[in-house]
Amino acid sequence: MIDFELTPEEEAAVKVAHKAAEELFRPISRYYDEHEHESPQELIDTLWEKRGEVGMLGLNLAAALGIEELCWGDAGLMLCNPGPSLGGAAVWASGTPEQRTRFLKRFTEDKPKWGAMAMTEAGCGSDTSAITTTAVRDGDEWVLNGEKIFVTQGKRALEDSDGIVVVWATVDKSAGRAGMKSFVVEAGTPGMRVEKLEKKLGIRASDTATVIFEDCRIPYENILGSPEVRTLDKTKTAGFQKAMATFDATRPIVAAQALGVGRAALDFVKETLEREGIEIRYGLPRNKLSALERDVMDMEAHYKAAKLLTLRAIWMLNQGQPNNLEASMAKAKTGLAVTRITQKAVELMGPLGYSRKYLLEKWMRDAKINDIFEGTGQINMLVVARRVLGYSRDQLK
Amino acid sequence: MISFSPSEEQQMIVNVVKQFATDEMRKVYREADESGEIPARIIDTAWQLGFVYSGIPEEHGGPGGEHSAITSSLIAEELAWGDLSMAMHILCPTLVVFPVLEMGTEEQKREYLPAFCREKYKAATAALMEPRFNFNPHSLSTTARLNGSDYLLSGEKCYVPLAANADLLLVYAAENGSNQGFILEKGASGLEIGEPEKNMGIKALATYELALKDCRIPRENRLGGEKGCAFNRIMNCSRVALSAMAVGVARAAFEYSRDYAKERVAFGEPIAARQAIAFMLAEMAIEVDAARLMTWEAAWKLDQKEDTTKEASLVKMYADDMAVTVTDRAVQILGGHGYIREHPVELWLRNGRGFATFDGMAIV
Repeated sequence: MIDFELTPEEEAAVKVAHKAAEELFRPISRYYDEHEHESPQELIDTLWEKRGEVGMLGLNLAAALGIEELCWGDAGLMLCNPGPSLGGAAVWASGTPEQRTRFLKRFTEDKPKWGAMAMTEAGCGSDTSAITTTAVRDGDEWVLNGEKIFVTQGKRALEDSDGIVVVWATVDKSAGRAGMKSFVVEAGTPGMRVEKLEKKLGIRASDTATVIFEDCRIPYENILGSPEVRTLDKTKTAGFQKAMATFDATRPIVAAQALGVGRAALDFVKETLEREGIEIRYGLPRNKLSALERDVMDMEAHYKAAKLLTLRAIWMLNQGQPNNLEASMAKAKTGLAVTRITQKAVELMGPLGYSRKYLLEKWMRDAKINDIFEGTGQINMLVVARRVLGYSRDQLK
Repeated sequence: MISFSPSEEQQMIVNVVKQFATDEMRKVYREADESGEIPARIIDTAWQLGFVYSGIPEEHGGPGGEHSAITSSLIAEELAWGDLSMAMHILCPTLVVFPVLEMGTEEQKREYLPAFCREKYKAATAALMEPRFNFNPHSLSTTARLNGSDYLLSGEKCYVPLAANADLLLVYAAENGSNQGFILEKGASGLEIGEPEKNMGIKALATYELALKDCRIPRENRLGGEKGCAFNRIMNCSRVALSAMAVGVARAAFEYSRDYAKERVAFGEPIAARQAIAFMLAEMAIEVDAARLMTWEAAWKLDQKEDTTKEASLVKMYADDMAVTVTDRAVQILGGHGYIREHPVELWLRNGRGFATFDGMAIV
């Protein structure tokens, strides 16, 4: 039965998260934008105390709606929230029950910890099959060598806490995608170090690290999924597809993050107009509307379109339905929608939009990452195109 | 609890309509567009499926099913996927039935509804739009004024589907600045129906201009009697219905151009294997889905009986644009062939272009 009513639990999750966004995130939003590599320790401690209350663990609608609210507060600070994050999602998607316990238990115990995912390298971004980091088996261990960049929360996961990082590496370069495997490396493992933190356009509160692996030895059991390199049949890309399956779960969540930033900008515009006594006259024919009204309605409609696509993708995930197409639709649409919404908002608000006195210019900078990370808009369009055409990656490059 | 899945019953209805659209409408849509006529068989068969009367309660001669804007939206999308002219013709009587059902007085329901529960299609229509470029449904030029125990209606209307055949005509007019509906019966004095209009699209749907020259109707023919009607709600129901139809037309164009792009070979491979084409198709798929979900959400809100003005206006605007973009892209993907009337995409572009103009021509 088609329904758009939130459950009382979902309503409550939204409320709690919105309160946290207003009271904890917004007041320090500008400070951590301007003090890029400082850690919002007080916020982290508070969020850690409140864990479970602000439900962000899990990949359900309540979590997604809560994440949207927190990102409405501040997307960079939201990413500082301790938790298993993308690394955890990968362990969930492709780890054994034993691995899930061994790697994920820590995230609810003791002190705040973070999980991270290390995929991108200097020479490969969206084309993750070109990864050059190697994993060589040596008895009971894997030996990792390589350099990973753009590791979100890499420093917090590996230097500031007892977290984990899921590292993508090849066990057999000649096997292409089939040789691509993921490994869990725990904080404190010798041979792994965080080298630098990037300076970014937006989401500055979130650390984006370079992580180096030099003869980094990890237990053999830390490989996620099968160690075998199969090259004969269709399952040959199984390892790679696991990574892609992780994206089906994480893309809608990242889309939910994006929605929060877009709505922050939209709310700012609407509140400003309301204060000025300008009303949006819904229901008028478009040739009767002012350009301003049309722009605002256009922004609202695109926000709604993106939100509904996102909710559908998460709903399907929770229903256990394959959602590869819908997840990429949501991510592609949302990244583009919030980029446009925030840019248009800056334009509409004139001097208020461009000034660092207000947060709007920051939201425009923050929003842009959503059209890039977790699959650029173009990569997601490619996934959608392949799906609607029934084409393989060889048929549509 | 959020859900994006139609109920089993709704899915069954969708399947039936899809079958009908494929087997019947799609076989004759081109001929109908060229000749301006819809075969009676199509209209009769569709009537039997009960889209118009299934929500009429038993006491007024109907089967007494529940009327749902979501179900109506699902039906409207499938019918419009088959053909927009036919969809509008088939659903045209709902322009009278649904407002009377929801807002009519007991007398009006008793008087008008039973006639729609018979075997044969009964034509009825509504007149909202007016022939001027800056038409605004919220400030109608057509007026109604009380004269003794009668109303006198004056003004001009356009895009009135099936006006010449309709037994009942619901005319929207401003009465002291407030928009109300007035039920006219065929042949009302002072009602002049013009020649069929010639439009860029929906050519198989007969639409008319009409003039109301002190057209006299009894006072009790005001929709909803003393209470009047909820004009905004009627507008919102119309916006949702038209959005659902826009999704249907756009989906037809998307599917056809997708299949064509996989067949058509250029430079040694199907054109769909090139990102320039594939990305257009990906965007079309996303936008069709987005507009459908927005339509569902607005329809859901209508079913909750809440004010839906914002949602309905947003989806109407979004779906209007989407229909133009998607049908235009479909023509583009077919290239020169898309411009030729042997393929349906030019027809869908002409029909899709209409949504930004249409107002009040369908209702859920």
